[in-house]
Amino acid sequence: MTGASVSRVEGRFRGKVGALDLDFAIDAPAQGITAIFGPSGCGKTTTLRCAAGLRHMNGNFSVAGDVWQDDAAGVFRRPHERSVGYVFQEPSLFPHLSVRGNLLYGWKRSGRKGHRAILEFEEVVDLMGLNTLLERDPSNLSGGERQRVAVGRALLAQPKLLLMDEPLAGLDARAKEGILPYVEMLHRSLSVPVLYVSHDLREVARLADSMIVMEDGRSVGHGPVAEVLERLDLDRSEDDSEAGVVLDVTVAGHDDELHLTRLDHHGKQIVVPRAALQVGDVARLRVRARDVALATKKPASLSFRNILRGRVVETVEHRRSAFADVLVDVGGGRLRARITRDAMNELELGRGRLVYALVKGISLDRPAVGRPRGRASAS
Amino acid sequence: MTSVADAASLWSAIWLTLELAACSTAILLLVGTPLGWWLCRTRVWWKEVAASIVALPLVMPPTVLGFYLLLFLGRDGPGGWLAGLTGARTLAFSFEGIVLGSVIYSLPFVVQPIRNAFEAMGDRPLEVAATLGARPWDSFWSVALPLARPGLVTATVLGFAHTIGEFGVVLMIGGNIPGETKVLSIAVYELVETLQWRQAHWLSGGMLVFSFAVILSMLLLQKRTGRRT
Repeated sequence: MTGASVSRVEGRFRGKVGALDLDFAIDAPAQGITAIFGPSGCGKTTTLRCAAGLRHMNGNFSVAGDVWQDDAAGVFRRPHERSVGYVFQEPSLFPHLSVRGNLLYGWKRSGRKGHRAILEFEEVVDLMGLNTLLERDPSNLSGGERQRVAVGRALLAQPKLLLMDEPLAGLDARAKEGILPYVEMLHRSLSVPVLYVSHDLREVARLADSMIVMEDGRSVGHGPVAEVLERLDLDRSEDDSEAGVVLDVTVAGHDDELHLTRLDHHGKQIVVPRAALQVGDVARLRVRARDVALATKKPASLSFRNILRGRVVETVEHRRSAFADVLVDVGGGRLRARITRDAMNELELGRGRLVYALVKGISLDRPAVGRPRGRASAS
Repeated sequence: MTSVADAASLWSAIWLTLELAACSTAILLLVGTPLGWWLCRTRVWWKEVAASIVALPLVMPPTVLGFYLLLFLGRDGPGGWLAGLTGARTLAFSFEGIVLGSVIYSLPFVVQPIRNAFEAMGDRPLEVAATLGARPWDSFWSVALPLARPGLVTATVLGFAHTIGEFGVVLMIGGNIPGETKVLSIAVYELVETLQWRQAHWLSGGMLVFSFAVILSMLLLQKRTGRRT
C-alpha cells in the first residue's frame, strides 16, 4: 500500500475465521474514539487482533502513515514492534506483579520504540484514579478497578493506537457506570486514536466519535456516530429497542427554580432536568427511536416539553413487524421515530411531510468538555 | 572397629546421593524447562511423539532403561567414544554415567509439571506482554517463568526426590563403587544382602522420613503459592 494517510487509521483484512468469511475495511480518523459495532460473532475481535498483529490475516494496515502491515510489500510487524495498546475484554493483569508493576511493564519497554514519553506515569495514574491502588495485588481489586489498571497499563506503553475489545462487557452495571467516566476522560485528555469494539449501542453512542458497523465479517457503513446512528440498519433493527440518534447540544442556561437545564441544538431549545453542567458546555443527547412520537399538527395541552418541528426525510417499514422507522430532519440534526406502520399510513407520513416530533425520553451523555460526571436522565 | 568404617561408608553414600540428586536436578531444570516450553508452544505434528519419548521412563522397567544406557555408555557406544576424549575407557560405572542415567530416568517428572504450568497459563499473558512491547525472549523471562513458578517448584522437588529414590538404573549402569556410584538405595540393598539389619534400619528409616518430608513440604508449598501446579 502506498501513500498511507497520516491523518487516518486505515486497512483491510481478508481471510477465513471458522465459517466466517472476513473481509473488513477499516477507515477511521487518527484521533478520537472509533467504535467497531456489530453483533457477537461478526468478527470484531478478530479484526482487532489483526490490527495488533496478534493474528496475521492477508491485508494491510497503517496508523497515521505508519505502515504496520502490507502483505503486498511483505511488511508485517509483530505485536511488540507496533506501538499499540490493547485492552482485552478480561483485564488480564499479570498476577505476579503489583498494580505498579503492571503499569510499569509497558512503560519500561516503551523507550525502545524510539519516541519520547507522551504520557507520564503520574498523569496516567491520576487520569485512571489509581493513586490508592498502586501497591495492591491485582487479585484484591474489583472488576472495574482491574480494567482501569489495564487501560492505564496500555496507555503507559505510549501507544500510537489504543485497541479496546469490549472492555466493559465483563462488568456489572455498577462497575460499568464507575469506569465509563474514566474512558470518557481518556477521550478528552489524550490524542491517541482508539478503536473500540462493542456490541452495545448505548456505549457506542456515549463514547464514540465515529463508528464502523460490522456485519458477518464485513463493514456495512462508517462515518461520524451521529450520521451512522441516523441510518443504522434502518431496515434491520425492528427488534433493537436501543436504536436511536445522538444530537450534539450546547448548554444554554439553567432554571434553578424549576430545576431545569436548557440546551441548544442548532437554534432549537430542548429542556431536560437540571444537569451538572456549566453554561456553554457541549454535551451529547441520545434519543431512542421508541421514545419519539410524531404528530402532523402542533399538539397543544400535552405534558411533553420537547416538541420539535421538522420534515420527514425517510421512512422505512419493517416488513415482518408492526413497526416503521421515520427519520425526521429537525433543522441541523435528525431524529428517528419508531411508530406503527398503521400510524404511518394513517398520518400519511411521506418524504417532505411537515411533522412535530414529541420527545419522551432523553439521556444526556458525555459533556465533550467540562466535568466528567455530567450525566442525567430526563423524560 | 568396623563401625567407624561403616559410618564413613554410609556418610559417603549419603553425600554421593545428595550430590547426584543436586547435579541431576540442575541439569533436569536446564533441559526440562525449554523442553516443557517447546512441548507447550510448538505446533509440529510429531510433538506428542516427542512427548511420548520423554515419558517412556514412566512405564519402562528401570532395568530395561539401564540395559540400553549400558550399551549407550559402554566402550562400544557413543558414551565410550565421548569418554575416550578425556582418556577414560567408558562412561558406564562412573559418576557422570549415573548422572546421565538419572536425568533420563527423571525427565518425565520434571517436564510434565513444567509443561502443564505453561499450558495452564494460556496465550493471553504472552499476548499482553507482546502488545506492551516485550520481545518473545523478554516475555518468557518476565511473564512465562514467573507465572509457571508453582510448576517449576513441583518439578524441582519431584526431580530431586525421584533421583534419590532411584535404584534399578544406577544398579545397571553404575554398579556399586564406593564414592563413585554407591548411592543410598544401593547401599541399603547391599546391607540387606549382607544381613546388616541394624544399618539397613537406620538408612531405610532415614529415607522414609526424608521422602515423607519432601512430599509434605511440596504439598504445603503448593497450597501456599495457591493455584495450579
